[in-house]
Amino acid sequence: MASPLLQLTQVTKSFGAVRALSGVSFELLPGEVHALLGENGAGKSTLIKIITGAHQPDSGNIRIGGKEVRHLTPTAAHRHGIACIYQQPALFPDLSVAENIGLRLETTGALRPVAWNERRQRADHLLKRIGAAISSEAEVRSLSMPEQQLVEIACALGAGARIVIMDEPTASLTQKEQHLLFAVVRELRANGVGIIYISHRLEEIFALADRVTVLRDGQSVAVTKLDNINETALIKLMVGRDVTQIYPPADSLPKETVLALRKLGSASNGVHDVSLDVRAGEIVGLAGLVGAGRTELAEIIFGITHGDSGDIIINGKTISIRSPRDAIAHGIAYVPEDRRRHGVILEMSIAANTTMAIHPKIFPSTHLRPSAEKNLTNDYIKNLDIRTYGCDAPAASLSGGNQQKVALARWLATNPKLLILDEPTQGVDIGAKSEIHKIIRRLAKEGMAVLMISSDLPEILGMSDRIAVMREGTITAILPAHSNSHDVMSAALGQATSTKRSQKTSDDEGRAPTVDQYDREAVAEHGRGLGSSDTPENSNQKKSAP
Amino acid sequence: MKRHFRELSIFAALGALLLALAIAAPGFYQLQPIISLLTREAPSLVVALGVAFIIISRQIDISVGSQFAICSVCAGILATKQWPIALIIPASVLSGALLGSINGLLIAGLKLPSIVVTLATMVTWREGLRWQREGQFVNLPDSFQWFGLSQSAGQLTIMISAFALFLLTALASKRLAAARYVYAVGSNSEAARLAGIRPGIITFLAFVFTGALCGLSAILNIVQSPQVDPKSGTGLELKAIAAVVVGGIAISGGRGNLWGMFAGLLLLACISPALVHLHIEPYWERAIQGAIILVAVMADGFHTRKARD
Repeated sequence: MASPLLQLTQVTKSFGAVRALSGVSFELLPGEVHALLGENGAGKSTLIKIITGAHQPDSGNIRIGGKEVRHLTPTAAHRHGIACIYQQPALFPDLSVAENIGLRLETTGALRPVAWNERRQRADHLLKRIGAAISSEAEVRSLSMPEQQLVEIACALGAGARIVIMDEPTASLTQKEQHLLFAVVRELRANGVGIIYISHRLEEIFALADRVTVLRDGQSVAVTKLDNINETALIKLMVGRDVTQIYPPADSLPKETVLALRKLGSASNGVHDVSLDVRAGEIVGLAGLVGAGRTELAEIIFGITHGDSGDIIINGKTISIRSPRDAIAHGIAYVPEDRRRHGVILEMSIAANTTMAIHPKIFPSTHLRPSAEKNLTNDYIKNLDIRTYGCDAPAASLSGGNQQKVALARWLATNPKLLILDEPTQGVDIGAKSEIHKIIRRLAKEGMAVLMISSDLPEILGMSDRIAVMREGTITAILPAHSNSHDVMSAALGQATSTKRSQKTSDDEGRAPTVDQYDREAVAEHGRGLGSSDTPENSNQKKSAP
Repeated sequence: MKRHFRELSIFAALGALLLALAIAAPGFYQLQPIISLLTREAPSLVVALGVAFIIISRQIDISVGSQFAICSVCAGILATKQWPIALIIPASVLSGALLGSINGLLIAGLKLPSIVVTLATMVTWREGLRWQREGQFVNLPDSFQWFGLSQSAGQLTIMISAFALFLLTALASKRLAAARYVYAVGSNSEAARLAGIRPGIITFLAFVFTGALCGLSAILNIVQSPQVDPKSGTGLELKAIAAVVVGGIAISGGRGNLWGMFAGLLLLACISPALVHLHIEPYWERAIQGAIILVAVMADGFHTRKARD
């Protein structure tokens, strides 16, 4: 066996209290396509950032070409022949292809004349090597996304990269473009380059990769040849994990339908044919992988982007939503994903943030009554248990969880009928997380319709009364409350086999899952082995549950 | 205390300057020169109020000087036609609002960068006025000066009305939802939009408001002299922006308050008479003002960096 190009041993990395990677080992051989697989947040990007030198590991060591490398920086990684091709190519749009390649590869001083001919010839040569029909004179702005990726690959080749990392390279490609890319990848492999290939598309991984490393919760749970494993087993490896959190029980009965979407779509952001009902008193979890179109769907409902097909029906009436203002007027509230950028205004006080969306309501004459504002804010501070020294404190002074509560307070103040939450507990510490969960459940119990987008699978499973799964811009499955993580992941990844089975179970019992059941499920799935025997056992338990 | 540290430190600097003058040059403290200083600065205060809101909303307006000049000339012409002053004031405010709305439409409607738009309107208005007037002054009727009052009563009226307007706006900036929206848009326009605020309309109104204030400021200025100079208001934009920046309003929008701007304006205005009384060459005035602006901006930069760490 050839000696590995890259070897990471027992790499650990923490961000604050969050352990992103714990004791991960990884190995890349020359002439190998090594897939890296894992859920959102499993530690893939952290691992990549360590390999490219963007992050320093807390412990563990890195060997490149058999030699141990300490303090790997981006420059050093580059020197060692590591190149990373991102989903969004980082090229200069206003420069030509040849100039872009030249800027990466030439090391001449700032005051030396540019050898234009040489620069063009090298670009042409590199582009030819990867079989790309791109003119080196073309302005990068005029190239399509896959063409830009090819330019990136040409740069990597030109720099003599021995290790090429591809992060979701096909996310924006058409079928034909994918085939071209695959051909290039195979060509690279034949030349002895090692490729780390990250993708959520299992069929791609099976078509292309030689080996796979599966990450889960910052740990490497399996390294295996793809010949030895099937899709089901891979998914199982990805999702099985402890459910340590206890979710508030769902004891409210859903009432009338508040939001109904009928074949909703928007050509501009790739959402199409979405039909979904959300009822009062119900939490509908919206699951899916990053890029499946969940946030985009929420943005259509809230009027941030315009839907161009299908209907949005609120309380039985088809409405048109042209702006967030319209949406608010129809009783829709949206707590966006990026709370620091969109959820709260950091410079402004908690009070100002809380009343931001309701000025017309509580201050009819547009005159702010500080006492009214203060009372209202203090109510929410008490109600949502926002930890602060007072309602005048700027939102920036709060922790992430408390900022999220302020964002929530702003929308609760509008007294919405429909509350859309986008990743409500992302980056929130565990304590605040379960508080937010309790608040969400309480709101549903009080009769609000809740649509909750989350990439946190246990959260989706623990909180949702129903789970809608999105993939490639549309809803591919609507699962009952007690679905298991395997079913959700299968639907999210586009593997439909197990979905049907659990759909049937849902008709039999409309009952919420218990914590106990999660624990059993977790235990059943926690094993690192690939034994397919847990699957029937698991579903048996479910069927026999009282 | 901590929250208004920046504003208080400007007041402290102003206090220190006044104290230094009291000790080293008590000659500074004579009623008449101080009154004429304050009267002279009153129009700038009014314009700076508008500029403060524009900067809080994360825009800039460098055309205020030209708007001011157009309003001055228009008001002057109306005065020569024997319009009553009670009509000239709203007419001037209206013409200013009109000029501001042109800026606002281009910036908020077409989403053009405000620095470029107001640079263009600044030059266009100014050159248009020069072409139209050919440098000619407008001679005002005697009845127009000091609103037809005695000089001291006129000065008092100017000072009181400018200060009252300032107080009202400062109060409004705390109490009006509209002012809150200006801060929100300046801090984070996208987040404001998601909260149901319409950033475009807020930006537009900020420019209209500023234009209207230029019109009012023009009146407060032209009643002080027998003629209207079509070149008046040159450099007014820099003066207003300087006061705003020294007063701790963040040029990146969303932060600061009008009291800081008030102190900043006074501080900058006191430099020139202070130099005279301290027997320093008055040529240093601009350099010292520039240094004050630099210190203020450096203090802000230091503060933000510390806040980030």
